Amino acid sequence: MASKFIDINKVEMRFGEFQALSDINLTVEQGEFITLIGHSGCGKSTLLNLIAGLNRPSSGALVCNGREIAGPGPERAVVFQNHSLLPWLTCFENIYLAVDRVFGRTETRPQREERTWQALELVGLAAAGGKRPNEISGGMKQRVGIARALSMEPKVLLMDEPFGALDALTRAHLQDELMRIVAATGATVVMVTHDVDEAVLLSDRVVMLTNGPAATIGGIVKVRLERPRDRLALAQDPLYLDYRTSVLEFLYQRQGRPAQRFAA
Amino acid sequence: MSAVYESIGGAGAARESAATALAHAGIGAAAEAPAAPSRRARLAAKGVRLAPEGGRMRPIVMKVLPPLLGLALLVLAWQILAVRNAGFPTPLETWHEAVKLFADPFYRKGPNDQGIGWNVLVSLRRVALGFGLAALVGIPLGFVIGRFSFVYGMFSPLISLLKPVSPLAWLPIGLLVFKAADPAAIWAIFICSIWPMIVNTAVGVQRVPQDYLNVARVLNLSEWSVMTKILLPSVLPYMLTGVRLAIGTAWLVIVAAEMLTGGVGIGFWVWDEWNNLNVPHILVAIGVIGMVGLLLELALVSLAKACSYEEK
Repeated sequence: MASKFIDINKVEMRFGEFQALSDINLTVEQGEFITLIGHSGCGKSTLLNLIAGLNRPSSGALVCNGREIAGPGPERAVVFQNHSLLPWLTCFENIYLAVDRVFGRTETRPQREERTWQALELVGLAAAGGKRPNEISGGMKQRVGIARALSMEPKVLLMDEPFGALDALTRAHLQDELMRIVAATGATVVMVTHDVDEAVLLSDRVVMLTNGPAATIGGIVKVRLERPRDRLALAQDPLYLDYRTSVLEFLYQRQGRPAQRFAA
Repeated sequence: MSAVYESIGGAGAARESAATALAHAGIGAAAEAPAAPSRRARLAAKGVRLAPEGGRMRPIVMKVLPPLLGLALLVLAWQILAVRNAGFPTPLETWHEAVKLFADPFYRKGPNDQGIGWNVLVSLRRVALGFGLAALVGIPLGFVIGRFSFVYGMFSPLISLLKPVSPLAWLPIGLLVFKAADPAAIWAIFICSIWPMIVNTAVGVQRVPQDYLNVARVLNLSEWSVMTKILLPSVLPYMLTGVRLAIGTAWLVIVAAEMLTGGVGIGFWVWDEWNNLNVPHILVAIGVIGMVGLLLELALVSLAKACSYEEK
């Protein structure tokens, strides 16, 4: 049971005439960190949305924790690419909205507020609780988005290019923080990225998608690196470089760039 | 569009206050340490060619001068027109009439002879009633039209058909149904102000970012929470734009409607003074109508500002 926490079985996704995904088969273990990587437009976000339940597959089945995924729900929290904080609520209120929804029936108001502050502290933003999203930086907004997702104590954390819009330094900082949080909470994570270093650094397995249309899983790299991982030490690690090279090879040799393929 | 103007205005104001702050700081520093040479003197000693002084006064002058010049131009054109046309009052004559009128704006000498203050208030009451009813019907209707595509399909052709009709064309229908002038005028206001409120609210609901709705779906929020926490705050700026457009149109229409229906009201007053051939009064009324319209607009703009949030 625990070995097949998420089970994706022969999933296919069509948008009208357009076949986005075909024959996707993947299982994710509890506590595993998976990244989905591929060229832009290949359907990695589509696959993530299917796991989130925001879309239903055209055929095939997705099962999470022994239950078919029928729609979105707080047990599969999503960190959106553009943070998606509500601009008219403060950071605290944005998170409280989620906490209130999940724990509103079981906990008292002070307990829920305590949870919200804990979530803010987890991402190091307790001081910014009273600020609105437009008053804080992009990296901080993304952290509030992560805090909101974690505050729901989800079974699975789904992240859609969460650090894509950030500068390299902020991104590195948040990656380290994410590793720390995941180690502390033991969360199961599925993350979409197009950054090879990010994929190898964070994941237990890197799932590589072929180019669309009709994208499918082209290969999986199992990353057997000790945790906690240190980005500076890994930069020299031959094993790390090996993993990195095999992902790069897949992306640039076996799959090429979509533009080149169409031009040919 | 208006946000751009406001931001330009805001930047200008900020620059001004910074300039005055600098001036104060300069004065303070000079008082405390008179021995130290000023920044200008030091720069001049280094052989730097200095920018001309007095630039700090310019923003204030640039802000006050153009509107004053514009006003002066209007008065000048008016004066020329008045001198060349017998029977057209000069600005000064009109001013004297206005002073007389505003000395006692709230007198009552029978139903057709009341002070200008009463006339304006009666018109405003009609606008408030018609507009308020339109908001009561239009805003919820806009929400429903925006949220459900079926309802949108139902109402969209009707709105497209009826929206371009002049509200005055509805006045006879109002007279027929209500059999009285006052409700008919309110009816015309209702009709003209309902369209912008329906359309803007519906557009606002349709443009709620999908991201926010996805958040609602992932959190599994109740329909009530979606309404109060996501839809309403997100639609509010659009809704208030609709309200602003509506009240502008309503104030335009009431003058015309009252000319037709008679009784009391600023529109009727204009027409009455035309029948009396009292042109200075008409000119005063034009000024008053403009003034009230401007105040209504300003009130709603500041309301919209208080209710809006900043994106991202």
